[in-house]
Amino acid sequence: MKNKFIYLSILALGFASCDSDFKNEINGDTYHSGDADFSSYVAVGNSLTAGYMDGTVFRSGQKNSFPNILAGQFAVAGGGEFTQPSFEEDVNNLGGITGIPGFGTRLIINASAGGPENINGTSTITLTPQAKAFNNMGVPGAKSFHLLVPGYGSAANLPNANPYFIRHATSASATVLGDAMTMNPTFFTNWIGANDVLTYATNGGANADGNTPAVDHNETGNTNPLTYGNNDITNSAVFAGIYNLIINGGTHPLLGQVTGLAQNGAKGVVATIPSVTAIPYFTTVPYNPLTPAALGGEANIATLNAQIYGPLAQVFTAYGEPNRVKLLSNTETNPILIIDVDAADRTAQITGALTPVLGAQMAAAFGQVYGKARQATASDLVVLPASSVIGKVNDAAPSPLINLNGVTFPMANKWVLTPTEQTKVASATTAYNNAIRSIADANGIAVADMNAIMNQLADFGKGLTTEDGQTYYANYFSTSKLHTTLFSLDGIHPNAKGYAIVANEIIKVINKHYNAHLPLVNASSYPGATILLSN
Amino acid sequence: MRKILSLALFAIGTSAVFAGGYRVSMQGNRQLAMGHTGVAVVNNSAEVLFFNPAGMSFLENKFYASAGANMLSATTKFQDVTYNMQAETKNIGTPFYAYAAYKVNNWLSAGMAIYSPYGSAVEWDRDWEGSHLVNNIDLKAIYFQPSIALKVADEFSFGGGPIFVMGGVKFDRNISRNITNADGERAHVQLDASGVTAWGWTAGFMFNLTEKIRLGMNYRSEITMEARGGDAKFRNLPDFMIASGYTPDAKFDADLPLPAELTAGISYEMNDKWLFAFDINLAKWSTYKALDVQFDNAAGLSHNPRNYKDAVTYRLGAQYKASEKFSFRAGWYFDESPVQDGYFAPETPRNDSNGYTAGLTYQITPKLGVDVSFLYLHFEEVDNSYNHYSEDGNTGIKFGGTYKNTVFSPGVGLSYTF
Repeated sequence: MKNKFIYLSILALGFASCDSDFKNEINGDTYHSGDADFSSYVAVGNSLTAGYMDGTVFRSGQKNSFPNILAGQFAVAGGGEFTQPSFEEDVNNLGGITGIPGFGTRLIINASAGGPENINGTSTITLTPQAKAFNNMGVPGAKSFHLLVPGYGSAANLPNANPYFIRHATSASATVLGDAMTMNPTFFTNWIGANDVLTYATNGGANADGNTPAVDHNETGNTNPLTYGNNDITNSAVFAGIYNLIINGGTHPLLGQVTGLAQNGAKGVVATIPSVTAIPYFTTVPYNPLTPAALGGEANIATLNAQIYGPLAQVFTAYGEPNRVKLLSNTETNPILIIDVDAADRTAQITGALTPVLGAQMAAAFGQVYGKARQATASDLVVLPASSVIGKVNDAAPSPLINLNGVTFPMANKWVLTPTEQTKVASATTAYNNAIRSIADANGIAVADMNAIMNQLADFGKGLTTEDGQTYYANYFSTSKLHTTLFSLDGIHPNAKGYAIVANEIIKVINKHYNAHLPLVNASSYPGATILLSN
Repeated sequence: MRKILSLALFAIGTSAVFAGGYRVSMQGNRQLAMGHTGVAVVNNSAEVLFFNPAGMSFLENKFYASAGANMLSATTKFQDVTYNMQAETKNIGTPFYAYAAYKVNNWLSAGMAIYSPYGSAVEWDRDWEGSHLVNNIDLKAIYFQPSIALKVADEFSFGGGPIFVMGGVKFDRNISRNITNADGERAHVQLDASGVTAWGWTAGFMFNLTEKIRLGMNYRSEITMEARGGDAKFRNLPDFMIASGYTPDAKFDADLPLPAELTAGISYEMNDKWLFAFDINLAKWSTYKALDVQFDNAAGLSHNPRNYKDAVTYRLGAQYKASEKFSFRAGWYFDESPVQDGYFAPETPRNDSNGYTAGLTYQITPKLGVDVSFLYLHFEEVDNSYNHYSEDGNTGIKFGGTYKNTVFSPGVGLSYTF
């Protein structure tokens, strides 16, 4: 009897253990690549593909590049090895590039100071050539045509070469796309083109000097990209031609023979270019940050109005622009004073009006300063770095009476993207994206509409809600949004969470377009900004 | 035998959740084998002290004692196809009981019961995808219940007594879905409250409708375990959080309700060989609205909605007395989960279940018997989620997928009478 019970128990145990499996247990057949083949995935693009965040590429950040996240998901659906340019030499995880101005260490939040700063330390990343092609061929700073330019990775061509490509170009004459094609991609992502318009925008439509206007080559009709200034807007027809070569290959009149990503039958995803004006770099600093207190209170405001704003308003009003400058308010926040290169030039008129008070020489200097000045309006986009400049003393001012940035001394061209400049950016972006979509459609390639995603993130009534119920917006970092900030501290590039969202959107496109089944990633588990107690 | 008995008595181990919520219905191997019925059963066993103390009045002999334990093995598998999440937790629990009943005189009986009706041990892999809800939990509560029964008439008795509860809880979870220290280790908090005590009571009556049919009803009061000044150890915090008031070694207060339970049932002693029983339990789980943990550091109040509903359990059991030596038992019950859709948290990841029980008693001597039981608890796999996690002011963050529970539990005990 007792034995029988034991047998029964053993039977029951066996039954119980069989019973513990799911009806549709996740196994080797759950996920698949559909019509795609992920065995050799190659990512082509710029900083957004390279895993650039917090103003640089650093060792731990690069691991969260969207192509690397994507490759991690491909792994359960036939994905092969995925390599990225080596950042092993970034032993302290600081990013930057040593010895090159403008390539500082990564941005962190210094909790004791309260804002973003470059992390303390010296970059150990060098230009030592790795001379190797990688699956991730994202090159920070690259514009569309750069992918096809031989010598873009040759140190001899600095400063016109790209330090990041110098680190891994296979030869002095290599092109980014050429190196990418040596990986024999079976699947690709191509997210290039943002810099063709973004560099113009982030520089406030100014050249490197910060003052003179950069050029929109949709206006000049110049179709030779090798003659473009760094901050210029690429001609849309040039962009479309280059983009077609990147996908389909062919011969470029200046750059020669090109093998395209899809030429050997590879499938892929191309991504549209975000509306750059929706990113925190342009939406964080208000046009009117000057509180009465910041202006020194009632008495000071009265003085400013009497000596500067009043006379300026009088001149502009006299010439038919009554709204160009208004008196400062005692009760409300006030707009900053900016240079608008497209404004009517009133240098002579201001000089004339001030000469009786200041004397000819000083009046001329003031006329120079304010000739193209106006107050910012809600339509202007003030760039993120302006926040540390506004209200500070500007040594370039001709007189200590008018040396406060944005208060008495107009902010230079580079600090503000005016509506005129925004229109140029927007129309170029639209033209580029039309080209991307039509080239993709003609070749049966999937499109990840990052422009639409970005607009959704920037819509603060809607945002982007993920499968777990969290809603994300295009906010800049704040301590109350520690877990839902998708942008890194540079205000332009996503952080790891943001790249996870990018990867997810691409996965959704792949699943739909190529009948694949890939698992999503959860952005919430990726890190946000680095916050240090001190720096 | 004596040694086994003492081991069983002091194996105050943990108990995996297997009934609804964190209730563990394993308070006697004889009755468990009969589907854990018993509110209207007097089965020559001290187990009646738990099921309905009033039943002591109808025990035949002067003295009865029972003690035993169960080896509860619970497996929970979790998967989610959307994110390719897979996790599994296997936990062993050892609920136990010890009862003694003594007939003082014809109308008065007295007894003592010690049992562990609540417990939960779930241990997921540290830092798994649901670690912001729970890494591991180990909850236990032991009831000490002195009881008396008064026989009012040959057909009617009532009984009851105070309940003293001693319990504790350990609970560990990550403080967010991503925050780490500088070395990339996930920040987590470990709660530890032990020696928490509380009082409650139980009362019931038994009514012999005929010689063969008994009715019974028993009520056990709600008891709230109030943890005060428990240890809350925050670990792997980034420096800036410590500097902003997240003291690593903090204290916490929290209340955890052990809900009231009302049971009514009927038993039918068909003849000398066959006994049938039917019970209905109503557990007043709706008292468990939220787990609120108040920390004394910058973490402040952690509000975790639970929103349990009252749950009903239906139980059937039968016993066949084959000989003086052997009695065989079998039973079934349907256990309704108190957890509502959208509140399915991986700390108590249980849905409705069907329990299948069997067992026997072997009388070594007329005085001493060994009771053996086996329980298999069948759960359908369930797609559900917890939709009330808070992050950055959004109180509707979801975590879920498909859960599948499997529970089985062999048990052994001894019964003694003179």
